[in-house]
Amino acid sequence: MDDLLREYLPILVFLGIATGLGLVLILAALIVAPNDADPEKLSAYECGFNAFDDARMKFDVRFYLVSILFIIFDLEIAFLFPWAVAFGDLSDVAFWSMMAFLAVLTAGFAYEWKKGAMDWE
Amino acid sequence: MSAQIFAFYLFAVSCVAGGLFTVIARNPVHSVLWLILSFLSAAGLFVLLGAEFVAMLLIIVYVGAVAVLFLFVVMMLDVDFAELKAEMARYLPLALLIGVVILMQLAMAFGVWETAEGVTLADRPDAIAGGGDHNTDALGRILYDKYFLLFQLSGLILLVAMVGAIVLTLRHRDYVKRQDVLAQMYRDPAEAMELKDIKPGQGL
Amino acid sequence: MQSGDLSIALPEIILSLFAMGGLLVGAYGGKDKLASLMLWVTAAVLVALAAWIGFQGAGTATVFNGMFTDDAFARFAKVTVLLSAAAVLLMSESYMIKRDLLRFEYPLLIALASVGMMVMVSASDLIALYMGLELQSLALYVVASLRRDSVKSTEAGLKYFVLGALSSGLLLYGASLVYGFSGTTEFAGIIQAAQGETPVGMLIGLSFVIAGLAFKVSAAPFHMWTPDVYEGAPTPITAFFATAPKMAAMGLFARVVHDAFGGVIGDWQQIVAALAVASMFLGAVAAIGQRNIKRLMAYSSIAHMGFALMGLASGTAQGVESMLIYMAIYVTMNIGTFAFILSMEKDGSPVLTIDALSLYSKRDPAKALAVLVLMFSLAGVPPMVGFFGKYSVLLAAVDGGLAWLAILGVTASVIGAFYYLRIVFIMYFGADESELDKGGSGILWGFLMASAAAMVFGVFNLFGIEGPAAAAAAALAG
Repeated sequence: MDDLLREYLPILVFLGIATGLGLVLILAALIVAPNDADPEKLSAYECGFNAFDDARMKFDVRFYLVSILFIIFDLEIAFLFPWAVAFGDLSDVAFWSMMAFLAVLTAGFAYEWKKGAMDWE
Repeated sequence: MSAQIFAFYLFAVSCVAGGLFTVIARNPVHSVLWLILSFLSAAGLFVLLGAEFVAMLLIIVYVGAVAVLFLFVVMMLDVDFAELKAEMARYLPLALLIGVVILMQLAMAFGVWETAEGVTLADRPDAIAGGGDHNTDALGRILYDKYFLLFQLSGLILLVAMVGAIVLTLRHRDYVKRQDVLAQMYRDPAEAMELKDIKPGQGL
Repeated sequence: MQSGDLSIALPEIILSLFAMGGLLVGAYGGKDKLASLMLWVTAAVLVALAAWIGFQGAGTATVFNGMFTDDAFARFAKVTVLLSAAAVLLMSESYMIKRDLLRFEYPLLIALASVGMMVMVSASDLIALYMGLELQSLALYVVASLRRDSVKSTEAGLKYFVLGALSSGLLLYGASLVYGFSGTTEFAGIIQAAQGETPVGMLIGLSFVIAGLAFKVSAAPFHMWTPDVYEGAPTPITAFFATAPKMAAMGLFARVVHDAFGGVIGDWQQIVAALAVASMFLGAVAAIGQRNIKRLMAYSSIAHMGFALMGLASGTAQGVESMLIYMAIYVTMNIGTFAFILSMEKDGSPVLTIDALSLYSKRDPAKALAVLVLMFSLAGVPPMVGFFGKYSVLLAAVDGGLAWLAILGVTASVIGAFYYLRIVFIMYFGADESELDKGGSGILWGFLMASAAAMVFGVFNLFGIEGPAAAAAAALAG
């Protein structure tokens, strides 16, 4: 148990440094930087209009389709990792079960391709 | 205090704080960022448990893909979040009540936790999987053989998700001209064009 | 895993392979031009599998390392699920074509949902249970919002999805506590661990699992998604929701409480009895104010789930048997009723208010009579078959020592009879004559008449379902 965690210790130290440094820089800006705000400085633009509307706008639903298809294949790959790592010890059943799994998703992929879900017109 | 305990509390606190700020953040994009912090801390907790593979999956799948999807959804929905938050304030007492009840149940379950006689819960995933060089390996040894049925069902679930996403969102726009590579390649010049000799002063 | 394992799960494998093949044929063949053909082929496959499973020999087999059980109970539930899914598919064709909703994915999603339901009723492991449930739910979320340009339909899909995800969360939370207690996710291991006195943690886990399952069968107080989803989803999809998934979820419920928690009947009995009482009364009272027939049917289904849970609450084999009989009758009645609702049209567009039925008896006496039979049967008026369904669950409750529950059930049934009889009243003694279209699709007419006839002629021997139901109950709780 401890061996495993010791391997991760550098990452923890790294995380600590990253958080610490980030905080120091933000706090330094708060403390050191001169701060004498006036309304003109705080306005969004020195000259010109304020924003009329929210900057957020509707995205095309196609972005969503692409990302959800990405997630599905991401998960498929996640299933492949342990299979690949333990490949030497796998039984025949385990080997063919991955083939069946891939076949199911390949059928889905062929369907998706033919439907034109990956065309961006 | 050993580094392990320190790390546990660090991750646990940031996980809970991330969850809390996800709910109360004013800006929905910030909510998603807090959620990512929550996911990352949960990944840290999994590492402390010795479940490296799950921790990395959490980062690859949730932080890498699901959070991006959430960002898309947050941006895609043109919802007035300020109004939604006002709605939330109305239901806050009820939500708090439910939260407290569930917390109390958790405390009760944890306080007097007992397992059935003769059951010892393995404290590391490796032990459940019957050994292996490391976690991922141990998982690979059982996932595809012992859990064959579940593995194939998860494939079917992914298939349904794929079909569902396409059925619900894909629209075929007829007015868009698409490139048809094969049609281009097999086009025959002899059929595609025709030369006509047109006399001056006359149309076709 | 041995190769014999695969042959036990062969119906599920065939159905999944069919769905995948159908997807490819649909995409590479004529796309939606094939949709009608695909729908008929899918229905034929479902019926063929039902026949195959139904006539398969007796016996119990547990395969895939104890995760998948094939016994008389699973077979009974699977046959009901497959037949009702096929019936609803056939009923939906004309409606879907008229509204330009018939896409070739629709029958295939129903087929994949059926695979999920078959896994649900066969699951003998908490993880397998969850996977089956998710496979079914995910396909149902999609078909609920199939009419994607309609706000109501997408809202129905979204509500169903969010609440379904919440219920899955509850179920998983409970399952993890149960696993923590018993150290295994297999039902066979859990029932050995959960005997006698149950500690608090395990009890909380059990309650969460039951709450998650109650969401899926839409038992009060976890019913709130039902009316909105029923109203918003396209009517054939509503018909589907009211039949096959209800049977599958009930089967799953019975299997979990008996196979996994059969040693602590006293602990879950009171929860299930409370769910039953709440559902029966809520369904009976809340439906009175409804004028939309789909919402009315939603509350009606909540009430019926209450009665089915009453059978389950008795905790005996007799209770399981009565629950199975009740569900089979309920599914048959609902197929007939929804066949009628699907045929309610005025100038080609659907009408859903019950006031539109006024004096329908003059317009179409045969159909009005069939609806009368179905409404009487839904209300549980003797001598219709629906009465015998109610009678058997009441009997099971009394024999199980829950006489108070049976008395409450009778009361709720009397209250609930009001709104069924009101529909009949409107049809026969309404104010002005109904302007609903005459005729309509022959398939719908056929299903309506067949269902009504079954409600009348089934009184002789319930078409012999008592034998298989008893065998199924013996396999589970015997």
